Amino acid sequence: MNHSPSDNSSMPLASRKIFVSLDTTARSRGSDKVAIQVKNILNSQPELAATLVRNGSRGMFWLEPLLEINTPKGRVAYGPVKPEDINDIINLQCFDDAVKHPLCLGLTEELPWFKSQQRLTFARVGIIDPIDIDDYINHGGFVGLSNAFAKTAQQLVDEVKESGLRGRGGAAFPTGIKWQTVLNEPEQQKYIVCNADEGDSGTFADRMLMEGDPLVLVEGMIIAGLSVGADQGYIYLRSEYPQAHDILNKAISNAKAAGYLGNNICGTEHSFHLEVRLGAGAYICGEETSLLESLEGKRGLVRAKPPLPAIEGLFGQPTVVNNVISLASVPYILSHGGASYRDFGMGRSRGTLPIQLAGNIAQGGLVELAFGISLNELLQQYGNGCKSKRAMRSVQVGGPLGAYLPADQWDTALDYEEFASIGAVLGHGGIVVFDDTVDMAAQARFAMEFCEVESCGKCTPCRIGAVRGVEVIDKIISNESDEKQRQDSVNLLHDLCDTMEFGSLCAMGGMTPFPVRSALKYFPDDFLPQPLTEKAQ
Amino acid sequence: MTATNEQGLQQIATIIEQNQTLPGAMLPILHAIQNDLSFIPSNALPLIAKALNVSKAEVHGVISFYHHFRTKEPGTHVIEICRGESCQAMGSRALEENIKQSLSIDYHQTSKDRQYTLEPVYCLGNCACSPAIRIGNDIHGELDQQKFEQILASLNTYSLELT
Repeated sequence: MNHSPSDNSSMPLASRKIFVSLDTTARSRGSDKVAIQVKNILNSQPELAATLVRNGSRGMFWLEPLLEINTPKGRVAYGPVKPEDINDIINLQCFDDAVKHPLCLGLTEELPWFKSQQRLTFARVGIIDPIDIDDYINHGGFVGLSNAFAKTAQQLVDEVKESGLRGRGGAAFPTGIKWQTVLNEPEQQKYIVCNADEGDSGTFADRMLMEGDPLVLVEGMIIAGLSVGADQGYIYLRSEYPQAHDILNKAISNAKAAGYLGNNICGTEHSFHLEVRLGAGAYICGEETSLLESLEGKRGLVRAKPPLPAIEGLFGQPTVVNNVISLASVPYILSHGGASYRDFGMGRSRGTLPIQLAGNIAQGGLVELAFGISLNELLQQYGNGCKSKRAMRSVQVGGPLGAYLPADQWDTALDYEEFASIGAVLGHGGIVVFDDTVDMAAQARFAMEFCEVESCGKCTPCRIGAVRGVEVIDKIISNESDEKQRQDSVNLLHDLCDTMEFGSLCAMGGMTPFPVRSALKYFPDDFLPQPLTEKAQ
Repeated sequence: MTATNEQGLQQIATIIEQNQTLPGAMLPILHAIQNDLSFIPSNALPLIAKALNVSKAEVHGVISFYHHFRTKEPGTHVIEICRGESCQAMGSRALEENIKQSLSIDYHQTSKDRQYTLEPVYCLGNCACSPAIRIGNDIHGELDQQKFEQILASLNTYSLELT
C-alpha cells in the first residue's frame, strides 16, 4: 500500500475509539458483555488510550455484537464477537489498520450489504454517540434547523411539500399537506406529536433510529414546530421499548442543556418544549386518533374523522401527528433541500424507505433504499434467504394488517401505488419472511385473533367481527366440516371481511381482512382439512 | 384488584402530587405507580380520581384498557413472550407452549412460588432476531427452550449491570 509522506497512517491518541452498540437487538445478542470486556481491557492497559463509544447499530444484526475500531482508513469491523475474542483484537496496532483475525470483516462501510444502501435518514445511526450533541453536530446535525431559522413557516412547509415526503407510518399521506393544514389554522396553542408507537411485528426502524440517533428526531420535531407555529411536542413511545425510552430522555435533556429545546431556542424568538410519553401496550394507540386520546389520559378509543387532528387534535387543538421516520427525514430535507430528497424514489413514492428484514431471514436488519427496489432483490441479495435454510414460502409486508404474498408476487417494486395495485400495503416497511413450514390458515386465524385482542371496541365490525372471524376460520379448517359446510364458511368469511373492511372506523378492523383474504387466496390448500398428525408437523 | 398498605399509599400520594398538573396526567401517574409498586393497587383509584377530577370508573376504565397495567402483584420476574408474526415465523408458537409447561402457568398467571408472571406481548421490535422475550427491561432474542432455561437459571444467580 502506498503512503504519501503527508498520510497520517496512525490514529491520533485523542481519536482512538472503539464502538460497541447499545441497540436493543445488539444487546439481545450480547453487546453489553462485549462492552464490559472492552472497558476492562482499556482500564487494565492505559497505554491504549482509547475510549469506548456505545453507538446505535448499523443494522446488520447477524453480525452483532459488532466491534468497530476507527483507523486512518475508516472504521474496521469485527463480528459477531464474544467477550473472549476481544483480547486478540484490541492492541496498539488495531488503531492503525485491520488486525488479522478470523472475525475481521474489513472496513464497515465497504461491506456490500451496507455500501449499497442509500442512507439519508439513517445517515448517523450506528456511527455517532446517540446522545452526544457535539458528535451530532460534527456529523451534519442541526444544519437543517439553522437553515430553518432563516425561512418563514410557509417556506418551510413548501420545502417539505417539494420533497414529496409521505407519512412513513404506513398511511403515506403527504406530510407537507398535513403541515399546511395545521399552519393554516389561526394562531393558537398547536402541538407536534410524534407517533413512536411502532407496534407492527417485523418493524424496528423507529426503535433503531431513536436508539441510534434520537437527536435527528428532536431536530425534525423542532423544525415541524417552526413550520406550523407549535411550541410543544410529545413523543408517544410504546412501553415495549425501554432502551429507546432511556436514550430519548437523555438526548432531550442534553438538547435542553445545549439550548436547542426550551424557551428562545438557539437565541431566537422561537420556543419548543419536548416530552416523551409512554404508551401502555395497546396496539391500537398507533392509530393517530387513538394515540391522541391516550395522550390525553383516556382509553385509546378511536375518534371519528372529521374533524381531522390537524384541525382538532390533542386537547382539541391543531396537531401535527407524524411517524418517527417522517419527522426524522425532515432535517435532511432542510439541510439538502426538498428537491434533493425528491430525486430519490419512483412514481409518487419519493425519497427513501427504511426497510426492515425480519422473521425467518438469514441476514435480518435495516436497509434504507430509495423506493423502487423489488421484494425479490431484498429477500435474496440483502436477506440471503431463510435463516432455517429452507425454501421461502410467504412474506408479510407492512405489519399484522398487511397482505401475505406468495413467490410470484415478489417481483413487485417497493412503491406505495405498486403495492396497492396488488391489494397489499407497504405500511412501515417491515417484511416478515416465512419458510415452507408455515401454516397459512393458522396465520389467517392469528390475524383475526390479534384484532380481537387489540380492537379498541368502539365499532362493531371490528369488535365483534374479529371474534366471529376466529370462529369461522376454525370451522373452515375443522376436520368435522363437510365440503358444503366448509364452502359456506368460506363464503361467510368473505362476507365478514367485506363488513369489516367497509364498516370499520379505522385501519384495525378495516385492514385485518388483508392478511386473511391474501392467505385464503394465495394459499388455499392450507385451509383444507388435513389429518391432525400432518397439521401438527 | 389488590390493595396496598399505608406506605404504598404514601408513595402513591407523592406520585400524584408530582404529576397531577401535567396535561394528560393519567398515564404518567399510572406508569409511575406501577414502576414503584409493581402494580396499581385498588386503593389508588379514589386518590387518582380525586386528583384528576374524574370518576373511579373512568380510572378503572383506563387501567383495564391497556395491557401493560396490572392490578395484582406480579411475580419477581415478569416474562413477556412476543406473539408477533415475526416471532411466529421463527417458532414462537412451540416456544410459548414449552415455556408455559416448564413454568406450569398460562398467560396472565403467576407461578406458585411467586417467582414468575407470564404475559403475552405483541412485538418487542427485536424482529431481526426472533423469537424474543422480555424479562424486566432486558430483551432476549433468538430464543429456544435451552436458551430460555439458561436465562432462567441466570436470573436466580446474578444480575449483570454495565456502569
